[in-house]
Amino acid sequence: MIKLFSMKNQKKDGSDVAKQGTQKRASAAQLRITKDINELTLPKTCDTEFPDPDDLLNFKLVICPDEGFYRGGRFVFSFKVGPNYPHEPPKVKCETMVYHPNIDLEGNVCLNILREDWKPVLTINSIVYGLQYLFLEPNPEDPLNKEAAEVLQNNRRLFEQNVVKSMKGGYIGNVYFDRCLK
Amino acid sequence: MVASSGGHHQWKLAVGTVVIITVVIISGKKSMMDWGERWSEVRKLLERPGPFTHPDFEPSPDTLKMLQENMRVLVIGAGGLGCELLKDLALMGFRNLHVIDMDTIDLSNLNRQFLFRKKDIGRSKAEVAAEFINRRIQGCQVVPYYSKIQDYDDDFYRSFHLVVSGLDSIVARRWINGMLLSLLCYEDGMLDQSSVIPLVDGGTEGFKGISGVTYRLTQGVVKRIIPAVASTNAVIAAACATEVFKLATSACTPMNNYCVFNDSDGIYTYTYEQEKKEDCVACSQVPQELLVQLTEKLQDVISRLKDSLQYQMKSPGLQAMIDGRTKSLYLHSPASIEERLRPNLKKTIEELGLRDGMEIAVADVTSPTTVLFKVKIQT
Repeated sequence: MIKLFSMKNQKKDGSDVAKQGTQKRASAAQLRITKDINELTLPKTCDTEFPDPDDLLNFKLVICPDEGFYRGGRFVFSFKVGPNYPHEPPKVKCETMVYHPNIDLEGNVCLNILREDWKPVLTINSIVYGLQYLFLEPNPEDPLNKEAAEVLQNNRRLFEQNVVKSMKGGYIGNVYFDRCLK
Repeated sequence: MVASSGGHHQWKLAVGTVVIITVVIISGKKSMMDWGERWSEVRKLLERPGPFTHPDFEPSPDTLKMLQENMRVLVIGAGGLGCELLKDLALMGFRNLHVIDMDTIDLSNLNRQFLFRKKDIGRSKAEVAAEFINRRIQGCQVVPYYSKIQDYDDDFYRSFHLVVSGLDSIVARRWINGMLLSLLCYEDGMLDQSSVIPLVDGGTEGFKGISGVTYRLTQGVVKRIIPAVASTNAVIAAACATEVFKLATSACTPMNNYCVFNDSDGIYTYTYEQEKKEDCVACSQVPQELLVQLTEKLQDVISRLKDSLQYQMKSPGLQAMIDGRTKSLYLHSPASIEERLRPNLKKTIEELGLRDGMEIAVADVTSPTTVLFKVKIQT
């Protein structure tokens, strides 16, 4: 039984209670991310950057594909792990402007496990592999960048040329892409 | 009751409950704050012994005073259940009520969320509900919070004696459960009872016409897809309010600890004990003691975690909590972070700023979850 009755006078108002509280404890999200990061096994095309090594909730992932359309490019993703992790996926944005059917020009990423297919058993590692896969196999179905998806579907050769052109820095249609070659 | 076993402190009343409840009925004519007989029914429960009172219970007029003056109760959600809960609790004598809801009032709420009127559409549910109760029930002070539960930290939640929720989201439920569990304090592996804040959780959904309703389905229900029923809300809220009253006063042993009520086809109700899962990720985080010396180097502590028969860890990563901030002591991967933290291995416990009672989270492949340790300095 909870001894509420006997402790009825301990918490007369919120102010003194707040002080009697013990030190802050690590949140469930922090405990989980510590495990995810400690067990991260990155493929050789990926690397992480932690601006503050004490803060494992905010970091960047750099992917440099060594095959496929995007070979030779360098793409930076920002990860923000929220307080509901792992019940909610981290917020992942692509900071490099990229000509890609599943990444729009604001950096939003369309990857199923970052949205409807996220499960708490998935880890940061799963997302890293998912993102890497996006560069190997861009998916023209259900696109975020419809124009890029259309080109990929109708003219693979042109799509390949557009990707190379965008990575070197240049216009595709009327959108300018910054150079992002390694 | 499960809460005393150190966690799993959730009562859940899903899809309904029948509870015999003494509701104080107030005649509408009188509106003086405390006319003679206003609390006579509640007094009968609190000032007389009875066969169902908790062993800790002592009949006393002080209990009503404590309920009215000291007890701080947080109601999460001001929707279908929240409106009922606020009304029930306020009429029971709770005066120090707080309500939090991030939503605004919609036309479709008005049939069952009876604290709202057409003119209130578009306003904050928490604010309108608080205004209504404060106007209607004299002496009651409801404090509204028009925000998400995640906007507040542990200091806020620690200030309440009891939390009762009527939420429509699984994520929010888990969040508040995790928050209240994180407030538990342990002394030498024993739970400090005064750190327990019970959570009474209610939920309702209308399932009429849907066949094959399973527990799994009830867990995945999304807001507004399945309409809630006003009468079910009333029953569930009454059951929850009764549990709050029992927990606050010990006037009766609380329900142990889960009840289902179904009124879609006749009435069916079932109460049973949901048992604590030993390796529950949410509630089995009892920190273990880690004996260290101030002059000991971090690498020695790590070797101990690897070599000890008890832990036999492979490549532990350690993160400490120092003055409310996380500090990475050592992580095995990825390479970029390992390189930066490597110098810590040669530092002593003292140099790293670790002191008695601080908590260290240790992650290792040998355990499905991060293990919490409490630093104990050996002298």
